[in-house]
Amino acid sequence: MGKTIAEKIFDTHRVNMPFPDTHVLKLDRVFCHEITTPIAITDLMARGMDRVFDPTKIKAVIDHVTPAKDSKTAEQGKILRDWARRQGIKDFFDIGRNGVCHAIFPEKGFVRPGYTVIMGDSHTCTHGAFGAFAAGVGTTDLEVGILKGVCAFHFPKTIKFVLNGTLKPGVYAKDLILFIIKELTVNGATNMVIEFTGPVVDAMSMESRMTLCNMAIEAGGTCGICYPDMTTVEYLWDFIKDEFSTKEDALKEYSNWISDADASYEKVYEYDVTNLEPMVTFGFKPDQVKTVHEMSGTKIDQVYIGSCTNGRIEDLRIAASILKDKKISDDVRAIVSPATPDVYSMALKEGLIEIFHNAGFCVTNPTCGACLGMSNGVLANGEACASTTNRNFNGRMGKGGTVHLMSPATAAASAIEGKITNSKVYQA
Amino acid sequence: MKEFSGKVLFLDRSDINTDEIIPAKYLTEITKEALKPNLLEDLTLTGFNAKEDIKDKAVLVTRANFGCGSSREHAPWALEVNGINVVIAESFARIFRQNMYNCGMFAIELPKDTIEYLFENYAGKDTSITIDIAKDKIIVTSSDKSEEIDFKVGEFDKTLVKEGGWVGYADKNY
Repeated sequence: MGKTIAEKIFDTHRVNMPFPDTHVLKLDRVFCHEITTPIAITDLMARGMDRVFDPTKIKAVIDHVTPAKDSKTAEQGKILRDWARRQGIKDFFDIGRNGVCHAIFPEKGFVRPGYTVIMGDSHTCTHGAFGAFAAGVGTTDLEVGILKGVCAFHFPKTIKFVLNGTLKPGVYAKDLILFIIKELTVNGATNMVIEFTGPVVDAMSMESRMTLCNMAIEAGGTCGICYPDMTTVEYLWDFIKDEFSTKEDALKEYSNWISDADASYEKVYEYDVTNLEPMVTFGFKPDQVKTVHEMSGTKIDQVYIGSCTNGRIEDLRIAASILKDKKISDDVRAIVSPATPDVYSMALKEGLIEIFHNAGFCVTNPTCGACLGMSNGVLANGEACASTTNRNFNGRMGKGGTVHLMSPATAAASAIEGKITNSKVYQA
Repeated sequence: MKEFSGKVLFLDRSDINTDEIIPAKYLTEITKEALKPNLLEDLTLTGFNAKEDIKDKAVLVTRANFGCGSSREHAPWALEVNGINVVIAESFARIFRQNMYNCGMFAIELPKDTIEYLFENYAGKDTSITIDIAKDKIIVTSSDKSEEIDFKVGEFDKTLVKEGGWVGYADKNY
């Protein structure tokens, strides 16, 4: 019997099994941000265990509230900053050099096929786009990860999506993952890894694959995984070119992290997604999904383009292509938050920031921002936001507010119209 | 080891997420105690009043997929500082469930029918639950009856409860 990627990664990283179905894995990466890490740090200090297992494997960023908005968030940043300095964590991204964790860490080449990654953030599943096992954990798991470089998991079963056909113009990875979550429901993948495979995924950029994997958690999934291929190698090449003489050599090595053809799955879903329409959420659960057509005309007050789901350069390019020479509706306000300084810089060079600016968007620094209503872009009671983020929970973006999750294209078109709108009339 | 006994709060809804358990705006706190007044603040549920209903409760009984969404351990912490160390549900989101055990707290899964039975027979009454770890029994008591229900958790989970959480165990063993 063959193995899935998850099984291969578990088998090569297992330290031991202290109890039945309890796999303690060695970690290749422990990622940290300023919201969930400070309590781990202060607890380690209180226990007299203020150490790290390996400062080169720990990466840290201030991303949720940046620049600090008040004394409390300033203190959170300070705890993380002081700790990074004290522990010799070189890859710490402070204000000005910081970006959304699940965008900046891949961009810096920190995630490789076959890696184990944890972070105190549920959207850590994003990094599975590289053929890694990446799981969100709580602060205690993070604390042990920082201290010992291990984490315990029950073995996750794997479900596989085989996605055939080609996506229509105006339909993106975001529409696909919303469709998949609708099919799975919000706990349909709990304790499971979701493999995204097939020609549609093969044709996707790393950015799109990250969008897919990012929302695996919204179906309860432990991790979303894509198979590493030449697209993965190309994305990582600047970081790995000293390790391999050719890209083909890298591909050969990384191909060890592909599921075997005779691997066993909990379930396999096969879809031809050629006729898939742009999708959008309603209600307060990410599996409450309709087509944009069905929701067309729903009034919105705010548009938000950004986050670990859809704040990468590809997303900004798509949104800007729709907003070029257009103005947003007088009835909405719109915010774009490039996910990292590099994304911001590219968007500047390519003239995208000017397009957003001319359209009437507020352009913010890279941050998690409005997504979780902790810093900027908070909704007032009764307001609705067309958002490229990942969660539409009640109160998520502000008490009494509603969030409609959608692609950057749909968000851009909706900004122009002031209501939920299919982007097809604006597609170049 | 923590205490696993006391009055029951029934929350009759599935998919209660961690944003509802503790909203993100309180994640700027750097002590667990500071979360105490805000537990379940954003939960909209007919007949539920967070300020009144949480008081004096020690056990939470709810439906499926409790704790979905964010990885924030602030969710179990907000329960813990309110004296709730046990959640009994049809199912849990993975990260929330692990966070509970990592803090030495109980997240106990019972079959859908049993949860339904608890709601039908004990919700709306002055009900108490005690977890008997040695016998793997949940002892449910209300003014007019008392009974024992079997439960099963893994050896790892039980060890974390007994050791008071994952940090102590991991420090000794890894």
